[in-house]
Amino acid sequence: MSDWYRDFANSGVGGTLTKQLGLPRPAVLRRYEPGEPLLPGPAVIGSAEEGRLREQLSSVLKDAGVSVLSPVAADGSGDGEKLAAVLLDATGLTGPADLAAVHDFLAPALKRLRPSARVLVLADPPSAAPSPAEAAARQALDGLVRSIGKELRNGATANLIYVPAGAEGSIASPVRFFLSGRSAYVDGQTVTLAGADVPAGEDDDKPLAGKVAVVTGAARGIGASIARVMARDGAHVVAVDIPMAGQSLADVANEIGGTAFQLDITAADAAPRLIEHLRERHAGVDIVVHNAGITRDKLLVNMDAERWNSVMAVNLQAQLDITQALLDADGVLKAGARIVCVTSQSGISGNRGQTNYSASKAGIIGMVRAWAPTFAQRGATINAVAPGFIVTEMTAKMPFGTREVGSRLNSMQQGGLPVDVAETIAWLSQPGSAGVNGQVVRVCGQSLIGA
Amino acid sequence: MATTEKPATQKPAPRRAAIVGGNRIPFARSNSRYAQASNQDMLTATLDGLVARFGLQGQQLGEVVAGAVLKHARDFNLTRESVLGSRLAATTPAYDVQQACGTGLEAALLLANKIALGQVESGIAGGVDTTSDAPLAVNDDLRRVLIQVNAARSVQDRLKALAGIRPGMLAPEIPRNAEPRTGLAMGEHAQVTAHEWEIGREEQDELTVRSHQNLAAAYDRGFFDDLVTPYLGLARDQNLRPDSSVEKLATLQPVFGRVLPPGAEATMTAGNSTPLSDGASAVLMGSDEWADAHGLPVLAHLVDGQTAAVDYVHGGEGLLMAPVYAMPVMLARNGLTLQDFDFYEIHEAFASTVLATLKAWEDPAFCKGRLGLDAPLGSIDRSKLNVNGSSLAAGHPFAATGGRIVAGLAKQLHEAGPGRRGLISICAAGGQGVVAILES
Repeated sequence: MSDWYRDFANSGVGGTLTKQLGLPRPAVLRRYEPGEPLLPGPAVIGSAEEGRLREQLSSVLKDAGVSVLSPVAADGSGDGEKLAAVLLDATGLTGPADLAAVHDFLAPALKRLRPSARVLVLADPPSAAPSPAEAAARQALDGLVRSIGKELRNGATANLIYVPAGAEGSIASPVRFFLSGRSAYVDGQTVTLAGADVPAGEDDDKPLAGKVAVVTGAARGIGASIARVMARDGAHVVAVDIPMAGQSLADVANEIGGTAFQLDITAADAAPRLIEHLRERHAGVDIVVHNAGITRDKLLVNMDAERWNSVMAVNLQAQLDITQALLDADGVLKAGARIVCVTSQSGISGNRGQTNYSASKAGIIGMVRAWAPTFAQRGATINAVAPGFIVTEMTAKMPFGTREVGSRLNSMQQGGLPVDVAETIAWLSQPGSAGVNGQVVRVCGQSLIGA
Repeated sequence: MATTEKPATQKPAPRRAAIVGGNRIPFARSNSRYAQASNQDMLTATLDGLVARFGLQGQQLGEVVAGAVLKHARDFNLTRESVLGSRLAATTPAYDVQQACGTGLEAALLLANKIALGQVESGIAGGVDTTSDAPLAVNDDLRRVLIQVNAARSVQDRLKALAGIRPGMLAPEIPRNAEPRTGLAMGEHAQVTAHEWEIGREEQDELTVRSHQNLAAAYDRGFFDDLVTPYLGLARDQNLRPDSSVEKLATLQPVFGRVLPPGAEATMTAGNSTPLSDGASAVLMGSDEWADAHGLPVLAHLVDGQTAAVDYVHGGEGLLMAPVYAMPVMLARNGLTLQDFDFYEIHEAFASTVLATLKAWEDPAFCKGRLGLDAPLGSIDRSKLNVNGSSLAAGHPFAATGGRIVAGLAKQLHEAGPGRRGLISICAAGGQGVVAILES
């Protein structure tokens, strides 16, 4: 689905017109293509006081073939190269006074950004701060990064990674994600890492090679996109959807060289059947993406039990039941398993007419956070991804005005694409993302709703 | 990941062919949901559904064998063309077979035999039929004139030949569900048999209701989730009437019976006869080794099969009674009795056909006189018959029925556990019949 307004705003006449009228000027976002470099230009790494991640950040960038300019050259004086990424190691912060150094580093650097540039700040989490002053400084970064996200234009994003002591070994995969085109529509987000055994030696082109991935609701829309991206990254995808959707499910499976498994996930025997299938055909499963979801919108006062119950059954109870059954089934959930649950912006902000939907989606967030320690014990992870305004067949049916306004209410001034959600899920599914657990990552272009 | 078929380099000892799984599209009523779909469209979609279920994209199989009963002249290579249009490797050989309603099962037997002999390691057997997108042939007289026109060398000769066309020649020849040698519809033949075997209206309607109920229950418990892939918006068989009842069926008027003796009651209705329908089915088979190497399950093995034919023109036997003759031959060869089975699949061409078949096996005089047996084959436990519904409820796209039954029975046996046996009996036009044994 094309974004006619974005295309117009990026045309010659449209560009002039939107600029003079002060209209939104959505950029054509840099999205990941296999084989492309991590960044289209150089990066700069700064630190506020003495950070402990500098060396590591440098080596992540070096491994990815990114040239790193020294912060001195980024002070705005010379006519140095435009920057594709600005990274700040803020782990050395000790109090609000140190934030001046953050300002000193970022202000000149942000003047020299390329289109679709990345601003990435790494810091210690406020919760673990030894003093209120230190906690304040760390928390201040949250407000700072979110505001930068709103100030940036031209497809650039700003995100924050909290790295607790002991989680330093977990940063490579998240750093790569937030710098790459995979995170095109992920903006203003905060992710808190955990210490984990991160396997070494990843194949960047096929990070999911040899993995078996179940994707529910895979027959169309975001689910089909998830299936495609997982397969592109090397996974064998078991595409699951209700029997009614079997024809398009088969098309998706055939397109990506996966397999189709028709299953109503709300059936009483759904979990044992899925487990039996995974055991018999694939000797287990590495990745489960709980994507299937339905909407049955009505104001709460007008909502019948059927609407309420069916949404709860598909969106929440099935995720709980299947995940629990996988945990219980001996040897089916493979070591280092990844569960990714699709929640929604509505689950964070609420939405008029969607009490049932929002409740189910908020429930997923509670579930993910509660299960994270259990999964960590197994060397596995469970995370949630919350899409914002994503352009699908469903949004295409919205009234023109609602759709156009809805899709612009974010820092990227455009709707996201199903592939943006899929890329985030595929990233969380990577072996290297072992240190990302119990997190909720929004793919919303820093939506104004629920932020 | 494309793999290629690796046939045995040395002749192995005969082995049993494994049934890995199946796929079909829901069967549609004639001139309805699939009215615009050709045999090739339906067979290709069915193959692709099977490919998706078992991850066969780009794979070369030993062969694909399928067929259609009603076939356009342009579909001379129907199965091969369907393979080329599917996601299978284009290097997968294919051929067509046709044995009327026995096509699907015969195809499975052919493939199973090749697997048993080590000639192929894997393959797909199937069938497809449309009574909606049926071939219309040019009137035979017109056809001769047109051939003459085509062969003529001068304009003059051509005009002369064209002048031979008469208005009556413009009416096309429409395929009919009738026996060429008797001119009688299959239903008329079956009604005669029903009368001879004294098959009553009520027992036919009861069998019909059970078929609908069993099929509906099988859908409801998800039995078909890995056997059927929806097509063109149809997710269940269009003919299925879960609320069918003997009372409702009793209100239908008989539709056959024009050759019954005077005074004889016509008992066969549109309810207890299968409707004309459109659809396709396919069964994935292979050696045990092939299934294992591909991480695929073995639901059951195809143990044996037998065909028979009867002289319904002059021999005084019913058109659809050939399976009755095939059965004792196969049972004897395998040292089994009719009662040694956990499930029976008797194709419901008509409810009366199933009942006449069972009655014949129970009849001492018939079994001695016609089948040459010392004792009758005996009766079966009716609760083991067509437990997931059959053609009366599902519909019967002629060549697609065999694949539907083989895949469904194999799954049923697999669910019941190892060592279970199932029996298939399918009658076919031309006085033919095919029977087979599956074992989990």
